Amino acid sequence: MVSPAHFIALSVILFVIGAVGVLVRRNAIVVFMCVELMLNAANLAFVTFARMHGGLDGQVIAFFVMVVAAAEVVVGLAILTSIFRARRSASVDDANLMKY
Amino acid sequence: MSGSAQGALAHPAVAIASLHATGIQDAAWLLLAFPLLGAVVLLLGGKRANSWGHLVGVAMPVLAFAYGVAAYVQMLSYPAAQRSRDLVIFQWINVGRFHVPLGLQLDQLSICFVLLITGVGSLIHIFAVGYMSHDPERRRFFGYMNLFVASMLLLVLADNYLALYAGWEGVGLASYLLIGFWQFKPAAATAAKKAFIANRVGDAGLSLAIMLMFFQFGSVSFSGVFGAVGSASHGVVTALGLLLLLGACGKSAQVPLQSWLLDAMEGPTPVSALIHAATMVTAGVYLIVRSAPIFNLTADARLAVAIVGAVTLLFGAIIGCAKDDIKKALAGSTMSQIGYMMLAAGLGPAGYVFAIAHLLAHGFFKAGLFLGAGSVKHEMSDEVDMRRFGGLARVMPITWVTFGLGYLAIIGVPPLSGFFTKDPIIDAAFSKGGTSGALLGTAALLGAGITAFYMTRVMLMTFSGGRRWEDGVHPHEVPAVMTSPMIVLAVGSVAAGGFLILGNRLLNFLGPVTGVPPTSHGIWTSAGIAALALVVVGAAIAYALYGRREVPVTAPAGSPVTVAARKDLYGDAVNESLLMRPGQWLTRLSVYFDNRGVDGLVNTVAATFGGSSGRLRRVQTGFVRSYALSMFLGAVLLVGALLLVRL
Repeated sequence: MVSPAHFIALSVILFVIGAVGVLVRRNAIVVFMCVELMLNAANLAFVTFARMHGGLDGQVIAFFVMVVAAAEVVVGLAILTSIFRARRSASVDDANLMKY
Repeated sequence: MSGSAQGALAHPAVAIASLHATGIQDAAWLLLAFPLLGAVVLLLGGKRANSWGHLVGVAMPVLAFAYGVAAYVQMLSYPAAQRSRDLVIFQWINVGRFHVPLGLQLDQLSICFVLLITGVGSLIHIFAVGYMSHDPERRRFFGYMNLFVASMLLLVLADNYLALYAGWEGVGLASYLLIGFWQFKPAAATAAKKAFIANRVGDAGLSLAIMLMFFQFGSVSFSGVFGAVGSASHGVVTALGLLLLLGACGKSAQVPLQSWLLDAMEGPTPVSALIHAATMVTAGVYLIVRSAPIFNLTADARLAVAIVGAVTLLFGAIIGCAKDDIKKALAGSTMSQIGYMMLAAGLGPAGYVFAIAHLLAHGFFKAGLFLGAGSVKHEMSDEVDMRRFGGLARVMPITWVTFGLGYLAIIGVPPLSGFFTKDPIIDAAFSKGGTSGALLGTAALLGAGITAFYMTRVMLMTFSGGRRWEDGVHPHEVPAVMTSPMIVLAVGSVAAGGFLILGNRLLNFLGPVTGVPPTSHGIWTSAGIAALALVVVGAAIAYALYGRREVPVTAPAGSPVTVAARKDLYGDAVNESLLMRPGQWLTRLSVYFDNRGVDGLVNTVAATFGGSSGRLRRVQTGFVRSYALSMFLGAVLLVGALLLVRL
């Protein structure tokens, strides 16, 4: 039997993979994918808890997160494209002009 | 104070109900309107008024004088107790319980001043037509002079202290503008500033007095203040008296605010005659006599007034002895004579009338002397050093005679003015009794002798002896437009004193306003005879020194006293060391404290924040992943904190 704890454990694992990916990877596209991973980990947790408590709130929020994630990807990829055009690089460490 | 003198202090003016001006007096605002109109026309008229401006400038004071005579004649038709008439021009200030009407008070005291200001003022205006005839700015000069006359009339006609103060400041402004009339001369510009600043010190005293009056009595009108002053505490009355004295010292060039008057001689000579001899500088005496109900209640303030007067009369006389500049010698004499008036005013009802009598007589003979000095200066190519004069009696006979009559009047030769008006002051000072009376009387007596010395010196150095003129100077008698005012003033110098004093004319006239002396000693008093003896001695010494010997063209080294007197008895040095230097130290200390203390504190705080934020901004590396890490750590901290609170 697959218990809610399993889903939560999977969610935590996905989130940690995503977080570590954001922190250690330089390729902007990979960083993006890791962000998606974290969002989906959160979605999984929402849905799991919604099932556990028998409410719909968590499921509705999961939809909102998906919408936000889709919008974010659109804007993010557009920025990424223009940066790549200008600098011939998709590394997040190369885009460091906005600093002290 | 002795008991009998205290009894005489009750002030009659308070008891007199104020009556409204009627008839001719109902138009008393004309007195202010004439000279004010003249000032406006002349100052705003521009160059197109140049050709006829001086005529307007002369006509206005003459018209005011004619009106003043008419108002005086009407006043004489009233019984003595009903001669004080009020006229409200308009409500000036109407706020809450603070009501100040711009009101005029025509009474015996103010009409004396009106006649003096407009009468002597008109004569000096006429003289100035000739004296300033070569000056391209003559129109502006007359504009300022009319402004002065208007302000001075407001000063003496006001029925409250606030309007008096407005006139007081107006004459200060006119004095400043006229001392600095030739502002292209640095000395004149400096002298004007000096006069203004010294006057400001006195004005501060007067304005504080007015504030104190309003605070204590809720009123600044003469009737309101004098009605309430009887119930005020002794400390308040004395403070009022001393503050008014400070104001009087500034305007009347009394010690310790005397230093500006000698420098004020940089102005054109008609200005010296009108403002710095006959009228404005006597405003302090007017203020004291007008405030008689206040001074009657405080023997301490009266004594302070008398001491200031006695010190100044000696101070001015000693300075007058050493000056070679004819105008400065006369200026020292003015200080000295006003010292006599202050001394008399400080004696209370025993001296008020004599102060005013001497003031009026002084207005004549000192204005005459200054006009004489002006015509000499005019003919000597603006030379004022008496060591460069000499032997002018033959070439300028009219000036010589008129100046000589003024000279005899000021030293107090009977039966000229000074004899009648100065000797009662000396007598009244001795009559005060006690140590203070003896000291004040001795000072006044000595002053009479010194006056005779320095005035004889001026007379001999200017008009007698050999001709020590510079090359190319050809003096002649001045034109009639200048001699005729001098002749009229000389007649006044001869007759005014006797007219005022004989038969107690002024005493009976002014009595209802100022109170009368408790006792009368007649014309020939022992003090007066002693003064005459000293006058003879002083004149004889001056003759021995300056009449029998030839006067050297360059001043000899002189004794330490002479050197000190040439330097105005170190009046400027005292001001510099007591006020200017400490003031500058205070300024420097304040600047240091401001830079190091206030700015230091603010700057330290700013530098601390600036430095720490400079270090803190290094966190903004520009690397997205470091931001992500800090966000991650922040989230962890937040979650940790939440868990900690939960547990």
